[in-house]
Amino acid sequence: MHELSIINNIIEIILAELPKYNISRVRAISLRIGEMRQVIPEAMQLGFECLAKNSPLEGAELIIEKVPIAGYCQNCGKKFRLNDWSQKCPQCSCERMEIISGKELEIVEFEGS
Amino acid sequence: MKVSVVKNILQANDRIADLNKQLFDEKQILTINVMSSPGAGKTSLIERTIVELKNDYRIGVIEGDIQSTQDAEKIAATEVPVVQINTGGACHLDGNMIRETLGQFNLDEIDLLIVENVGNLVCPAEFRMGEDFKIMLLSVPEGDDKPLKYPLMFHEASVLLINKMDLLPYVSCSPERIRQESLKINPALTIFEISATGDHGLYDWYDWLRQKISIKKMS
Ligand SMILES: Nc1nc2c(ncn2[C@@H]2O[C@H](COP(=O)(O)OP(=O)(O)O)[C@@H](O)[C@H]2O)c(=O)[nH]1
Ligand SMILES: [Mg+2]
Ligand SMILES: [Zn+2]
Ligand SMILES: [Zn+2]
Repeated sequence: MHELSIINNIIEIILAELPKYNISRVRAISLRIGEMRQVIPEAMQLGFECLAKNSPLEGAELIIEKVPIAGYCQNCGKKFRLNDWSQKCPQCSCERMEIISGKELEIVEFEGS
Repeated sequence: MKVSVVKNILQANDRIADLNKQLFDEKQILTINVMSSPGAGKTSLIERTIVELKNDYRIGVIEGDIQSTQDAEKIAATEVPVVQINTGGACHLDGNMIRETLGQFNLDEIDLLIVENVGNLVCPAEFRMGEDFKIMLLSVPEGDDKPLKYPLMFHEASVLLINKMDLLPYVSCSPERIRQESLKINPALTIFEISATGDHGLYDWYDWLRQKISIKKMS
């Protein structure tokens, strides 16, 4: 369950932000998570419900945008969306693909009052 | 009210890892983070590596594996300084856990710091500790489908040690397939086939490490 440590970090970051905006109740948190992170959204929401209990984040919804894996071919210089980690370049089928997205682990927005 | 923030979820850890890295660079300590599933051979590899290198370099070890203090006791028998981290059941080490142990070493007298991470193929890959290199072990009894199942770790590692090569005749596993699949995920990966309890391939690993220690000393 590596989701748990990710959730703990999210809670800590948001709690530290709340006083700045005078928010006492958080309703939703938007996240961008790369597919390489192998995070299971259901596990995230479930774990979050447990760990956010009795805090201003209790009951908030996690809105997760999954960021697809993309690569840059070091041979032909083109960028591609990849189906998995080990895909060859669709253009020149060489194997020198550098991953340029898919590792994101970000909070982008939260909503509350 | 909506608030835009854009924050890296692991920022707190990354910040401490950066501080650790600065300290290791300043003291010219080569730090390696050894990761694998439980039982793949981390402690065995570390013991062998210490015995081979301890006459030439000053070594320190941080033990994070959760099997009580057994691993730390084995390492202590090699007479190098070792600190056991009590992870309290956590499934990985992080930058702060490493930071908190550093006071127990004399960092001016260490050339190589070896960290044995908790046996787990998932989260150790996500939490940086300020290491120079992530070293991953995969033992042949675990099978050759692991790169596809745990790609992040193969992607983050600098070295992959395919361990327990002596068991190859008894298990169904193709080291060639491990090699191919992991190079697809990480073309820059350095791969050695070894037996941590025999001699197979260990000399190439020792040479790699010696070379990286001397580069760090010159930096
Ligand atoms: N046959 C064989 N056994 C090994 C090898 N490396 C480690 N082992 C054994 O595997 C078990 C687990 O090793 P250990 O180093 O404790 O793994 P760790 O949990 O990753 O630290 C021990 O019984 C070791 O003796 C190897 O190369 N060949
Ligand atoms: Mg061990
Ligand atoms: Zn190409
Ligand atoms: Zn973990």
